[in-house]
Amino acid sequence: MTRIDTCFDRLRAEGRKAFVSYIMAGDPDTETSAAILAGLPGAGVDIIELGVPFTDPMADGPTIQLAGQRALEAGQTLQKTLDMVAAFRKTDDATPIVLMGYYNPIYSRGVDRFLADAKAAGVDGLIVVDLPPEEDAELCIPAQAAGLNFIRLATPTTDDARLPKVLQNTSGFVYYVSITGITGAAEAQAADVGPEVSRIKAQTDLPLIVGFGIKTPEAAQAIAGVADGCVVGSAIVSEIAAGKPVDEVLDFVRGLADGAHRA
Amino acid sequence: MPEDLINSFMTGPDENGRFGEFGGRFVSETLMPLILALEAEYEKAKTDQSFWDEMNHLWTHYVGRPSPLYFAERLTDHLGGAKIYLKRDELNHTGAHKINNVLGQILLARRMGKQRIIAETGAGQHGVATATVCAKFGLKCVVYMGAHDVERQAPNVFRMKLLGAEVIPVTSGRGTLKDAMNDALRDWVTNVRDTFYCIGTVAGPHPYPAMVRDFQSIIGKEAKEQMMAAEGRLPDTIIAAIGGGSNAMGLFYPFLDDKDVRIIGVEAGGKGVDDRMEHCASLTGGRPGVLHGNRTYLLQDEDGQILEGFSISAGLDYPGIGPEHSWLHDIGRAEYVAITDREALEAFKLCCELEGIIPALEPSHALAHVMKIAPTLPADHIICMNMCGRGDKDIFTVARALGVSMGDSA
Repeated sequence: MTRIDTCFDRLRAEGRKAFVSYIMAGDPDTETSAAILAGLPGAGVDIIELGVPFTDPMADGPTIQLAGQRALEAGQTLQKTLDMVAAFRKTDDATPIVLMGYYNPIYSRGVDRFLADAKAAGVDGLIVVDLPPEEDAELCIPAQAAGLNFIRLATPTTDDARLPKVLQNTSGFVYYVSITGITGAAEAQAADVGPEVSRIKAQTDLPLIVGFGIKTPEAAQAIAGVADGCVVGSAIVSEIAAGKPVDEVLDFVRGLADGAHRA
Repeated sequence: MPEDLINSFMTGPDENGRFGEFGGRFVSETLMPLILALEAEYEKAKTDQSFWDEMNHLWTHYVGRPSPLYFAERLTDHLGGAKIYLKRDELNHTGAHKINNVLGQILLARRMGKQRIIAETGAGQHGVATATVCAKFGLKCVVYMGAHDVERQAPNVFRMKLLGAEVIPVTSGRGTLKDAMNDALRDWVTNVRDTFYCIGTVAGPHPYPAMVRDFQSIIGKEAKEQMMAAEGRLPDTIIAAIGGGSNAMGLFYPFLDDKDVRIIGVEAGGKGVDDRMEHCASLTGGRPGVLHGNRTYLLQDEDGQILEGFSISAGLDYPGIGPEHSWLHDIGRAEYVAITDREALEAFKLCCELEGIIPALEPSHALAHVMKIAPTLPADHIICMNMCGRGDKDIFTVARALGVSMGDSA
């Protein structure tokens, strides 16, 4: 049982949907980012996705690209991101943290070393965009062995024939990418997402969280309503990019969380 | 793996798209089904005679193949050593080797019913080739090009527009080839259903490295036959310039099992391969990593962040290299060296003056290495170098580098 499994058990018992928020570690700088991170559970966030900055985020739109650039320019490193998680864990031992990013910074550190360090820091799961099931031997299998969840993305192009392969080594939850596209792009429509959720849930007992293209409390409510929860990233990162103070960013997050929890 | 234990160097990649540990399919799930569909389509086409008949017809009548193998007599005399042959792929329609591969991919796109073609380009040669073939077949063409490259390769930008392509300047990163490839991948992930991504080099997720190599191998196949006709034997050394490495792979591949043929790839050394990292020599100055769908040698910092390359040549300005080159490097079948901007410019000038051929800056790097080794080799040593592109597109860059003013034309 990871913190993610425990979290979903609790939400299920309470009959609530999960609200998952994404921020980029180190954006706009390590200190501010750590302050926002620490405030997320209080703003109603059930699960935290913490972006690991990468120079070449091929699946991300301009909002997340720029967040990564700001973080890197401010000197963020993988070590600083792990340190942020460790610091967070000193005051919060319940809220799951999922690192989300691309493979090269992990590969560069060395998979075994990274997994040991991530586990020790208090990371619960990984979402690595450029590791499809075909590359499971790289990180997915070792991560599960190290006690971390490996959360896979399912997409509108993942057809029924391929779905079992995508679900096979997934744990924690399944992240359904609601659009074919990059983060922060087109708006997701609950009417389109609903049937897709049913299609995937027919093949797995794992919770299903929907992300990409959710920008408002209303959309969070609508999308969470047809799934087990929803993820908001770019909309929150935009608030940070606009230079809003930490408490205003957290107020914005609270609005989204309340939306998702109304579902 | 010791070289003498390998029966053939031509069997890769394996079913997972690996050349040894290099290659693979490191892409997001959205793209994975497309890549599998492309692989299936290519596997079918590869053994379909009608596909190759169409390719051969177009290569002959549209591209102008075979390209000549030319004995560079004055260069040979001037350097005073090995006998130098140039494989004249700069004489192809559109002025470079790029069209060899584009034709193959566009024929595949037509088979798959895709109506919209996207491409990334650095020097603009792949963009021009893609725009050209799209015009010929009436397909919509969108080319991603780094904003910095749009500026330094203005003639090719105009050429693409004349051919009906939409050129999108990419401002993310430093605005070079790597960033153009990122944005092309973002377009693809957004428009998966109707769009075909025509990659210009032997990199990217499997099956691209193998597929592009196969299409470019026409260079090496012809060179082999032409060399037999000219000299009655194979060359002793073959040389080509490398950015992503498609012209080099095309020349090298048919020679891989001819173990007496020495194979040399020439990377862009920019201002010099040292810790300032102002170069694009991935093999000489990088280490293995994962980018753009494959594991290969990359220029990166200690935290796995990708570094921007630097080269006077926009076509070599890429921090990675095709995975098969990484493998050939590690097993020692091919050697890889770096040539600086300054050395490439000297070679550029010499080629103009002695042979009446204005080379592109990319093969000027290969030529600069020929200039280094030819004088040290005996007169019966034969070098075959791939002259993979012509230099019309580069005259403004060269003028600037030489301090010559050409008005406001660039």
